[in-house]
Amino acid sequence: MTAALPRRGLLPALRLPSWPWRITWLYLGLVLFLPLGGMLLRAAGVGPAGFWEMATAPDALAAYKVSFGVAALASLINGVFGLLVAWALIRCRFPGQRFLDALIDLPFALPTAVAGLALSFVYSPDGWLGAPLMKMFGLKVSYTVVGVGVAMVFISLPFVVRTVEPVLRSLEHEQEEAAWCLGANPTQTFLRVVLPQLMPAILSGIAQGFSRAVGEYGSVVMISSNVPFKDLITPTLIVQKLEEYDFQAATVIGSVMLLFSLVSLLVINALQVWGQRYQGST
Amino acid sequence: MAFVTPPLQDIKPPRWVRPSINLRDRNWVPELIVLVACLYVGVVILLPALSVVVQAFAKGVGVFLDNFRSEEMLSALRLTLLVTAVAVPCNTIFGLAAATAIARKKFPGKALLLSIIDLPFSISPVVVGLMLVLLYSPTHGLFGGLVQSLGWKIIFSWPGIVLATIIVTFPFMAREVIPLLEEEGWEQEEAARTLGASDWQVFWKVTLPSVRWAALYGLILTTARALGEFGAVAVVSGNIRGETQTLPLFVEDAYKQYQTELAFGAAMVLGAVAIVSLLLKLLVEQLLESEKRASNVQEEREP
Repeated sequence: MTAALPRRGLLPALRLPSWPWRITWLYLGLVLFLPLGGMLLRAAGVGPAGFWEMATAPDALAAYKVSFGVAALASLINGVFGLLVAWALIRCRFPGQRFLDALIDLPFALPTAVAGLALSFVYSPDGWLGAPLMKMFGLKVSYTVVGVGVAMVFISLPFVVRTVEPVLRSLEHEQEEAAWCLGANPTQTFLRVVLPQLMPAILSGIAQGFSRAVGEYGSVVMISSNVPFKDLITPTLIVQKLEEYDFQAATVIGSVMLLFSLVSLLVINALQVWGQRYQGST
Repeated sequence: MAFVTPPLQDIKPPRWVRPSINLRDRNWVPELIVLVACLYVGVVILLPALSVVVQAFAKGVGVFLDNFRSEEMLSALRLTLLVTAVAVPCNTIFGLAAATAIARKKFPGKALLLSIIDLPFSISPVVVGLMLVLLYSPTHGLFGGLVQSLGWKIIFSWPGIVLATIIVTFPFMAREVIPLLEEEGWEQEEAARTLGASDWQVFWKVTLPSVRWAALYGLILTTARALGEFGAVAVVSGNIRGETQTLPLFVEDAYKQYQTELAFGAAMVLGAVAIVSLLLKLLVEQLLESEKRASNVQEEREP
């Protein structure tokens, strides 16, 4: 009879985890850890000196400059306008509001190739916006750095709007009324009472948009002329290196991008924790 | 029922007060904000989206429909559907398993695990494709020898495209379902378990119905993204027309080859899918909200 006693608990460390856990880890292992590990292994095989040399090659540096510089500018533009759009959606009532709200999600839903096609057509020298811009300002958008910026603005627009919206909705009106009662004018109320509370959400949205814009490929590759040292972004550089069978350089530059996305993930998480704390204390 | 004071701006002044309001003092800021917001979204998002529709039908519906006679476009469409049909069920199973495993437990490293699941959102799709090439390429991959000796074809073939799509889209499901499960708590499952239900029965009859709208929402997002994935697929597919070209790749290729009608036709198909997925999302969101409201009312009644 004693042999039939359940053995569970005797060796808890050896007990198999439940089925959902097994599926989760197996799947993550095959789909995420294996490819990640493979690339890091290949990158480690290059050696530190070689890694540094390839990561800071002139064409790579130029590509970083375009990618990070333009993405920063695009996400900052969206920081300002995203706040404005979120404000309009939450604090104002106007016809077509639901339509505007639905439009914001379009960059998430629209395949990037379609976005790239549409943008490069609209901003081409004989396109809807490209022609007037060319005529009035002599500004060429498609196939230049400006075009890269336009695509990145498109792709990162929803982030700030969607992170600011819930915070703005949960703000208590009483605070603004109190500020008004204490004699603050609207500008002061906005700058001193409303904006500080929205700041974590805005920064988190900007960081998310920046991270997305840096990694974006589909829409940018169609509107950019992909000329090195001019408007070539880092993901396109990786693709070009692969097409030239320069696997080492592709691995190294890919690892730099991977490192960037890990860092940005940490920063975004930290910003979100900060935002939650801010909301908890008010 | 608490008495709620309406916000100040919602209280309308009586009719007789109106004439005393000086029009010059009127606050134009809200109108200005709305105008700028609409203009910005209109130029950045609406105009490009409209251009796809206009260009696709510029030469009439007949020309648009003629696109569907192009064998290359049809094969791209078939491949895209095949890839989606494989990737989405895989990710659904993973998403639900991960959500039930993670959501209701507290353990050290939970936040880290959630961040790891989110990783594909922040990695550039091109890097995802690169990782797969470095792993499975028959000439340069880590498993190149193995892949070749088994006679498999992964890179430049549909399994690679499926893998790339899976990696890029797997977080959506878990992301949508986890918060809902965290919010709901354990009681119903525990009740089912004390009544003698097996794990499988609990999942199928209690957990899944309680998260069905969130799961549907995740399914829509996964499908939409899987149909439209470009960067990761572009790296692993080899982009051979009629063979390993998915619809998004076809859009780019056709545009590059100056086949504008074909490009916009295919883009219109993808755009329509995106719009349908947005509409479905709105619908599911409303269902979710109404369900939440219903359960809140119930809780208020039976505290």
